[in-house]
Amino acid sequence: MEIQENKSTLQVAPRNEEKIKKIWKTAAIMLLITVAEFIMAFTMDRGILLYSLFIILTIWKAKYIMMEFMHLGEEAKPLFYSIIVPLIFLVWLVIALIKEGSDIFLMRW
Amino acid sequence: MSAHSTAIEVSSKRGVWGGGNEPLKASYGKLMMWFFLLSDIFTFGAFLITYLAIRVSYPAYAGAAETFTGSNEYWPVPELVFEALPFLHGVHAPLIFVGIMTFILIASSVTMVLAVEAGHRNDRSEVVKWMLWTLLGGITFLSCQAWEWSHFIHGTDAGSVLTYVNGLGQTVTETVFGANLMVNEYGPGSFAQLFFFITGFHGFHVTIGVFLLFLCFYQAAVGVYDKRGHYEMVEKIGLYWHFVDLVWVFVFTLFYLI
Repeated sequence: MEIQENKSTLQVAPRNEEKIKKIWKTAAIMLLITVAEFIMAFTMDRGILLYSLFIILTIWKAKYIMMEFMHLGEEAKPLFYSIIVPLIFLVWLVIALIKEGSDIFLMRW
Repeated sequence: MSAHSTAIEVSSKRGVWGGGNEPLKASYGKLMMWFFLLSDIFTFGAFLITYLAIRVSYPAYAGAAETFTGSNEYWPVPELVFEALPFLHGVHAPLIFVGIMTFILIASSVTMVLAVEAGHRNDRSEVVKWMLWTLLGGITFLSCQAWEWSHFIHGTDAGSVLTYVNGLGQTVTETVFGANLMVNEYGPGSFAQLFFFITGFHGFHVTIGVFLLFLCFYQAAVGVYDKRGHYEMVEKIGLYWHFVDLVWVFVFTLFYLI
């Protein structure tokens, strides 16, 4: 029978409770960071300090997603660096274009 | 998880440079997914950095929140633009809806990683269960975004009085409701343009993700991966789905917080 053939020949391994616990812990941390961002958005004055905090928290969350959810940290080192190192170019682009934007601001207003 | 390795065993005679090595210790599909995601990071990076550059080239709204009106003279405060909720017309609920959307997407990322974990253990029933939750999260997120767009396009009851150059090249002063690529009641024209392009491009990724999730869910459910002998496809689609979440984290900060 077709369905019989579909029956798994693979061995189902037992649940790794520790791993699953870690996933939920990571989820809780990300949720807490988001809630913190929310509270900050309404209680703090807008300005460089608040924006820097937002960006730090965002990069922190991104780190959790890439390391814990995408398991990038568990990949071989060459793969890890071939993903992370090119992102340095983005840092330059951020700095260059924010400078450009503020110069346009000064000229226009 | 080492899926089936297609690499030939390296004999000591051939050495490191003799070929047949797997220096990155990942399958072809997984590598290509990673490098695709890297290129996509650059695409989204370019979009978001453009947003930043245009945003800092405009003055920010400096007045009190109660007296905020949209104008193309200054950049709006996001929490005063994104403050509506479905079914609750006229209720001032700043950022609540987008907070719910963020929560849904993060939750679906968590269920995805649980599906990947179950895939490592070849546990078909758990993979199917968590894939279904992830799929549900993705569809819910897309529905929320559809509402968000619809509200953004239709605008508020009051609108804003703006002076702008219309499509015929005439300078007009009139009450503008909602947003399009030409003019919007919230802020400068580029505010709505960037909103449409960036959240639209992200939503397009989510849509593709939902198709992939469904494919993966279906194949897992009918036992394709059991026959294949491994659940690596769950992992690859998981990478894509986490990436969509990753981008949203940045979109959320730049659009809705800053």
